[in-house]
Amino acid sequence: MSEPLLTIRNLRASVDDKEVLKGIDLSVAAGEVAAIMGPNGSGKSTLSNVLAGRDGYEVTDGEVRYDGQDLLAMEPEERAATGVFMAFQYPVEIPGVVNATFTRTALNAQRKARGESAIDAIDFLKGARATLARLEMDEDFLRRDVNAGFSGGEKKRNEIFQMAMLEPRLAILDETDSGLDIDALRIVATGVNAMRNPERALVVITHYQRLLEYVVPDSVHVLADGRIARSGDRELALELERAGYAAFQPA
Amino acid sequence: MTPLRETVETVERASGEYRYGFVTDIETERAPTGLNEEIVRFISAKKEEPEWLLEWRLKAFRMWLGLEDREPRWANVHFPKIDFQEACYYAAPKQEGDGPASLDEVDPELLRTYEKLGIPLREQEVLAGVAGAGNVAVDAVFDSVSVATTFKDKLAEMGVIFCPISEAVRDHPELVRKYLGSVVPQGDNFYAALNSAVFSDGSFVYVPKGVQCPMELSTYFRINAQGTGQFERTLIIADEGSRVSYLEGCTAPQRDENQLHAAVVELVALKDAEIKYSTVQNWYPGDAEGKGGIYNFVTKRGACRGADSKISWTQVETGSAITWKYPSVLLQGDRSIGEFYSVAISNLRQQADTGTKMIHLGRDTRSTIISKGISAGRGQQTYRGLVRVQPKAGGARNFTQCDSLLIGDTCGGHTVPYIDVRHPGAEVAHEATTSRISDAQLFYCRQRGLDPEEAVSMIVNGFCRDVLQQLPMEFAVEAQKLLGISLEGAVG
Repeated sequence: MSEPLLTIRNLRASVDDKEVLKGIDLSVAAGEVAAIMGPNGSGKSTLSNVLAGRDGYEVTDGEVRYDGQDLLAMEPEERAATGVFMAFQYPVEIPGVVNATFTRTALNAQRKARGESAIDAIDFLKGARATLARLEMDEDFLRRDVNAGFSGGEKKRNEIFQMAMLEPRLAILDETDSGLDIDALRIVATGVNAMRNPERALVVITHYQRLLEYVVPDSVHVLADGRIARSGDRELALELERAGYAAFQPA
Repeated sequence: MTPLRETVETVERASGEYRYGFVTDIETERAPTGLNEEIVRFISAKKEEPEWLLEWRLKAFRMWLGLEDREPRWANVHFPKIDFQEACYYAAPKQEGDGPASLDEVDPELLRTYEKLGIPLREQEVLAGVAGAGNVAVDAVFDSVSVATTFKDKLAEMGVIFCPISEAVRDHPELVRKYLGSVVPQGDNFYAALNSAVFSDGSFVYVPKGVQCPMELSTYFRINAQGTGQFERTLIIADEGSRVSYLEGCTAPQRDENQLHAAVVELVALKDAEIKYSTVQNWYPGDAEGKGGIYNFVTKRGACRGADSKISWTQVETGSAITWKYPSVLLQGDRSIGEFYSVAISNLRQQADTGTKMIHLGRDTRSTIISKGISAGRGQQTYRGLVRVQPKAGGARNFTQCDSLLIGDTCGGHTVPYIDVRHPGAEVAHEATTSRISDAQLFYCRQRGLDPEEAVSMIVNGFCRDVLQQLPMEFAVEAQKLLGISLEGAVG
């Protein structure tokens, strides 16, 4: 088997001088859906932010290889251009910028960085409409300002929409299921499943098992106190659902 | 390539440097340095003006002398005292005989300058161009004189007069005499008096009754010569039931000295007439230490003289070291409408004190003010606006929204609204917000693939959208790029 798409070795990171990630080891292969589960405060969001390159997270040790490259040495926009996408837990509002413009500008910025030609507005719109239909979203959505005045569910669906349009190779979904009702959860899951293919890896970060009923993971990893405490298959998620995280909490 | 497209791409290629800072090497005829009655006479003689206009200038000059040491000091801008005797009040590209009759007679060096600036002077290019090239007639003012006006003939067919004001003085004296100084009187303020005494050139527009001007009219102002000020005078008259959209653009070479630009713009809208006046101002802003740049001290005022008339100011102010400017509307006619849409950027060490005055005189008059101020670097920005409702202006309504966006923590944004209501039935609403570009917004954009400057540009353009939408299509695109460029280096 070839090298995994993503390899994390002994990753340590601090926020405000407090160590949150205490030596993470994890690899995710292309085509794999890896679920990372854990109690609140275990470092799930820190891990996704570190992978995406957000300021304020200091990596103190370890390395992250992505597609043969040193991911941590790259700027956030360079990571994006090489195919790293993060679906935000709290998507940000950008008043005055419509969704269609935002997403197309992002897509073309990435394409430009990869030396590809720009997608024109008409081709973009065609693809966007098809994606929206799949996500059961109204076309009107393209003309609305990015996340401004969106409900929680709409914001999360917008993340999935952007993911579908940007076609990343590594998608990190940071608690995408939080705050969703059952219908929205099903729609989001459909959107995520549509992204599954042998070239792409998905890292699904979640507190609950319920998203995994729809997006069935290939591997499940329990993050507790800044380390991967246990890894397994889908059964592990079901076990956590029954027994909770008590076994992994610091005494 | 169409000229406008070229402009956009020229701007795109710019990398944080002021792109228009070059100097055109051309022989210039100048007035002696300094300001006195002789200089006023010199300018008037150069332009072969009639006696009445010379007298008008001299009267203004005497008023200016009376206003000496009465420079406005209330604005929130700081600069060393200007020595008005050190400037040159007239500079013109040298030419043989009369002014150019057609573009073919214009000095090719000048045409190259405008080409470099991306200004579509060559009518044939615009005519041959695709839809995106726009339908724009241009008057190009180089230092103190107008060098070329395009599409004159086509406009004349509809009775629209669009020419340098010096030409209007010669060919349409009755109109100029009737309206010049009728909105901004000679003694209105220090800079207006100065302009009235020494104004050099500018555009004149008259749109006859019932005519919808078929194309955008545009003036492009360029300060080239060293040690000169530019004192242009623009007069636009929309006769009853007519409509016109006008745009001005400005650039200047990059110089270490400060140069003065003190323009006066007067608009007159008669009954049922509508004037839309847009400005994209990109004078040289000075460098990061505050050296050089244009002092932009401008008096712009429109009078809605007739009932149901409308005047709309839209401005995108990205340049100048100091901006002092309050495009205003006198709402004299009943049911007349005044609008002010503004985006102003202060980056580097730029200072801007800008806003508007809406003076409600007629019944059921309405005004809207949307101001978007963006401060970055060590820029300081003040919105200063006056809404006045006079005792006879029953049913007057105003809505004002002032939003400030701060980038970084070494800049400032200030809002100074004056509201003076003398009629109990008036409705005046003022909303103001101040926000910052958040790290979360920046990171969100970067995670999607935008570099920090693209991200700031996008967020700022979103912040200004309400105003940019007011610009004519072709110019909106250019303005968007300009906003991005003006803010380059604003984020680490």
